[in-house]
Amino acid sequence: MITVREVSKSFGKLRVLDRLSLAIKPARITGLVGPNAAGKTTLAKIILGLTRPDSGSIEINGAPMGADDSYRSRIGYMPQLARFPDNLSARELLGMLTDLRGATPPLDEELIDRFAFEGALDKPIRVLSGGTRQKVNAVITFLFRPELLILDEPTAGLDPVASGILKDKVLAEKRAGKTFLLTSHIMSELDELADDVAFINEGKVAFIGAVGELKKITRQNSLERAIAEMMKRGVAA
Amino acid sequence: MRTTAKVAGYELRDVLRSRWLIGYTLFFLVVTDALFRFGGGGEKALLSLVNVVLFLIPLVAIVFSTVYLYAAREFTELLLTQPIRRRQVFAGLYLGLALPLSLSFVAAVLIPFIVHGGIATARPGTFVAFLLTGVALNFIFTALAILIVARTEDRLKGLGIAVALWLFLAVLYDGLVLLLISIMADHPLERPLLAMMLANPMDLARVGLLLQFDVAALLGYTGALLQKFFGRSMGVAVTAAAMAGWIILPFLAGMRAFQKKDF
Repeated sequence: MITVREVSKSFGKLRVLDRLSLAIKPARITGLVGPNAAGKTTLAKIILGLTRPDSGSIEINGAPMGADDSYRSRIGYMPQLARFPDNLSARELLGMLTDLRGATPPLDEELIDRFAFEGALDKPIRVLSGGTRQKVNAVITFLFRPELLILDEPTAGLDPVASGILKDKVLAEKRAGKTFLLTSHIMSELDELADDVAFINEGKVAFIGAVGELKKITRQNSLERAIAEMMKRGVAA
Repeated sequence: MRTTAKVAGYELRDVLRSRWLIGYTLFFLVVTDALFRFGGGGEKALLSLVNVVLFLIPLVAIVFSTVYLYAAREFTELLLTQPIRRRQVFAGLYLGLALPLSLSFVAAVLIPFIVHGGIATARPGTFVAFLLTGVALNFIFTALAILIVARTEDRLKGLGIAVALWLFLAVLYDGLVLLLISIMADHPLERPLLAMMLANPMDLARVGLLLQFDVAALLGYTGALLQKFFGRSMGVAVTAAAMAGWIILPFLAGMRAFQKKDF
């Protein structure tokens, strides 16, 4: 699905990604984990074309990601922090994105029904709570039935009910053949969702493979402890 | 182009509902109306408005645009993750600010003029030139704002640069010109002074407008020079061309920075 080859990126003197390579398999959920400032968000943003890499290349479905922007019509991105124009309503925002993408119905509006927040859609976004905005954010991500979904801390700010609905949706879409790239600080969440994990440390991939494999290597039962073990080894190495 | 227009259109809807913009429009409306009530005829009211326009439009355009664009950072990212080009996003963001700002200015001036019958007393050429200059100032200072935001990551620093730039062009620049004149009193200064005038969009707007009004007393040194150098109609053409340059250059520089920027 996505192949990242030897991608490097520095911000000033800080080398965030150091010739990082990884392959993300289709129809699976890959969890991106690593210590703070390990380069997870930067990697996601490079795949989206928001950040330009200093060197290296990225292929999406075998085609190199270049000047053509149309590949983004197949990607849904859920950023960590959702902020939209204050004075537009969520419905206008959805209409705008549909219009910009030239998307044709049927759109995936399942989350609107499941979150049951139809009433909030017509209010200006300014008056919505952080959690409601995050729901709008989630709706946008799935709306255009993308093949690849990049979710950055998706459940942050959601209450347990909404967070459960979102996770169910992620699993259902995966079964329908969608590919996910997921970052989260909540390891139990990744344990629940992820098939694969990519552990990134100091700008390189320290481990990539199935969750079960990582647990076996580190001889831990939970992903949280397995990751903690990896981080300790990383410091020792 | 269509995508750019769509981005601009949705942003315009957001901006037009902003309380700040509504307040600004009302303020302008009240000032224009007051000048009519106390200042007499159309031409006179227009002339008094020139000073308000010259200082207020650049300040509001640059500060409002800077603040809006920094606040819209996550929204800009959302747009950039859609299958559209960066150039389209950039041009859309720019027009979505410059157009509503211009619209609010034109409405705030036009309405009192029509209500008080000022249209009849002011010469139409002067009135149109006045509106065009105000719109051009909006476009120039919005372009400067988007350039600052594209190049400055830190929003406080960006806002500081925006305000400092306005202060420099509005206040300090004239002082520098005067200083130059007094120091170099023995030398021929026509050409360097003309160049200095062309390098300040607020000066340009002032001279361009006053040339229209035909009030030599208010032209000042640089304005009189321009008139002497190019003649009146040619002077207007030169100022208009220079103002177009002041829109295009910052816009292109901003687009360049925006294309390369990491979000």
